[in-house]
Amino acid sequence: MSELSVNHLLGIKHLKSEDIQLILDTATQFKEVINRPIKKVPTLRDITVANLFFENSTRTRLSFELAEKRLSADVVNFSAASSSVKKGETLVDTVNNILSMKVDMVVMRHPNPGAGEFLAQHVDASIVNAGDGAHEHPTQALLDAFSIREALGTLKGTKVAIVGDIVHSRVALSNVLLLKKMGAEVMVCGPTTLVPKYMHTLGVKVEHNLQTAIEWCDVANMLRVQHERQDLKYFPSLAEYRAQYGLTMEHLDALEKPIVVMHPGPVNRGVEITSEVADSEHSIILDQVQNGVAVRMAVLYLLAEKRKLSKA
Amino acid sequence: MSKREIIDSRALNIALNRLCCKLIENHGDFSSSILIGMQPRGVQVLERIVKLLESTYGVEGVRTGVLDITFYRDDFRRRPGHLQPNKTRVDHLVEDQKVVFIDDVLYTGRSIRAAMDAILSFGRPAKMELLTLIDRRFSRDLPIQPDYKGRQVDSIASQRVEVLWEEVDGRDAVLLTDPE
Repeated sequence: MSELSVNHLLGIKHLKSEDIQLILDTATQFKEVINRPIKKVPTLRDITVANLFFENSTRTRLSFELAEKRLSADVVNFSAASSSVKKGETLVDTVNNILSMKVDMVVMRHPNPGAGEFLAQHVDASIVNAGDGAHEHPTQALLDAFSIREALGTLKGTKVAIVGDIVHSRVALSNVLLLKKMGAEVMVCGPTTLVPKYMHTLGVKVEHNLQTAIEWCDVANMLRVQHERQDLKYFPSLAEYRAQYGLTMEHLDALEKPIVVMHPGPVNRGVEITSEVADSEHSIILDQVQNGVAVRMAVLYLLAEKRKLSKA
Repeated sequence: MSKREIIDSRALNIALNRLCCKLIENHGDFSSSILIGMQPRGVQVLERIVKLLESTYGVEGVRTGVLDITFYRDDFRRRPGHLQPNKTRVDHLVEDQKVVFIDDVLYTGRSIRAAMDAILSFGRPAKMELLTLIDRRFSRDLPIQPDYKGRQVDSIASQRVEVLWEEVDGRDAVLLTDPE
C-alpha cells in the first residue's frame, strides 16, 4: 500500500477513498497498541506537535494529546484564552512563533472555517484540522467510520442516519463526505430549520421524521444540539425538540432489527438521546472515544511519515 | 535479475527438524516458553515449527504469538515510501517467560533490535532468544547473533535472500536473487 496522498489533514474533502482506507487500517493496528500493558510506541520520538486550540474542547484535545504521547511525540499545548491572540497577534504570527521553536506538526481547532487551509499555505508544518467552525472535523468522521466498521464489519452499503443539528455541525459535514466516499448510504434528519437547504446536493437523503429515519438506518448518529452556536431560535423549546427528535428506548424496542447508536459527545442526556439509550447495548459511544485515540495515532503516524528526514 | 535456488525442499525440512530438536533440548515441555513469529515472513516459520513439534515430536500446546515491529523501526522517515504495519497478537503474558523470536532471514539485525524493544511492551521476559531459518553471515549492523540457525548463507548486500513456502508460494525453497 502506498502512503497518504496529502501532506495535511484539513478535511475529508481532500482525501481519496484509498487514504481513508489506509488511515482506518493503520488505526486497527494502533487500537491493539493502546490495549497493551505498555501503551506507548517510540515511533514519533523525534517529532514535536503543537496543539493549538482557539476554541474550547475537552475530549478532542485530550484525545489528540494522548495519541501524541502514546506515539512518544513531544507535545506543547496552547489555548487562546491565555495567549497573545488576545493582545492582537495574527494567526500566522502566532503559529510562526511556535514553529520557530522547531515544531513539526500542528493540531488546530479554530472557530473560523478554512483556518487550517490558510495555515497550511503559510507555514512549514503538517496541519491537522481538529475542527474549523461549522466546516469540517475530519478526525471525528474517521473515528465514527472506524467505529461503524468495527461494529458492522463494513461501511459499503451501510445505512447511516445523522440526526439533529446538521446546520451547525462540522461533524455532520465530515461524516457525510466520508461515508459517501466509502460507499455508505446517508440520510440526514432534523427539524427543517436545522437541516441546510443544499443537503440533497451532497447525495444524501433528507428526512424530517425521526421514526422514518431510524426504521431506515443501520446506524443512528445522534448529534448534539449546539446551543452555543445558535444565535437564533431554531425550534420552539427543548421539550419540543426532545419530543420530536429525542431517541428513546421505546423507539429502539419497537424496531424490527437492532440499530447501532452513536454520539460524538458531549451528550445532552435527556435531549437528543435518553440516558437509557446512551448506556444501552445499542450504544457504542464509549467505543468511539477509545477509537478516537487509535484513529488520531494513525493520522499523526501517516502524516509524520511524509515528513522525510533529509540526509544532509 | 537472476534467481537461483540455494536450498531445496529436502534440505529446508531437515533444517526445520533440527531446529525443533534444539528447541526441545533447551525448552523441554515449553511450559514457560512463548514462541513469537516476526511479521510478516517469520509467521510461516513459526507455523511450520509448531506443526512439526506437534506431529513429529508430540509437543502439544506450545504458546505462540505474532509480533509486528513497524512502530519500533529505526528507519521511520528515513526511507522512501510507506511502512505498512501488520497485526500483532501477543495474548500471553511474557513476564518471566522465555521468549523465542522466530524469523525467516537474519540480515542486519535491526528488526531483532526493534523486536526486543517491542516485546517489552508486554512485560519483562526472563530470557529472549532468536531462531532464524537463514543466517546471512557477515552482514550484521548490530551485535546480534542467532541462538538457533537453520542454514548459513553467504551473500552480498545487493543480493536478496527469499524463503518460499509451499502453503503460500507453492513450494519450499530458498532463493538467492542477484541484481542485474
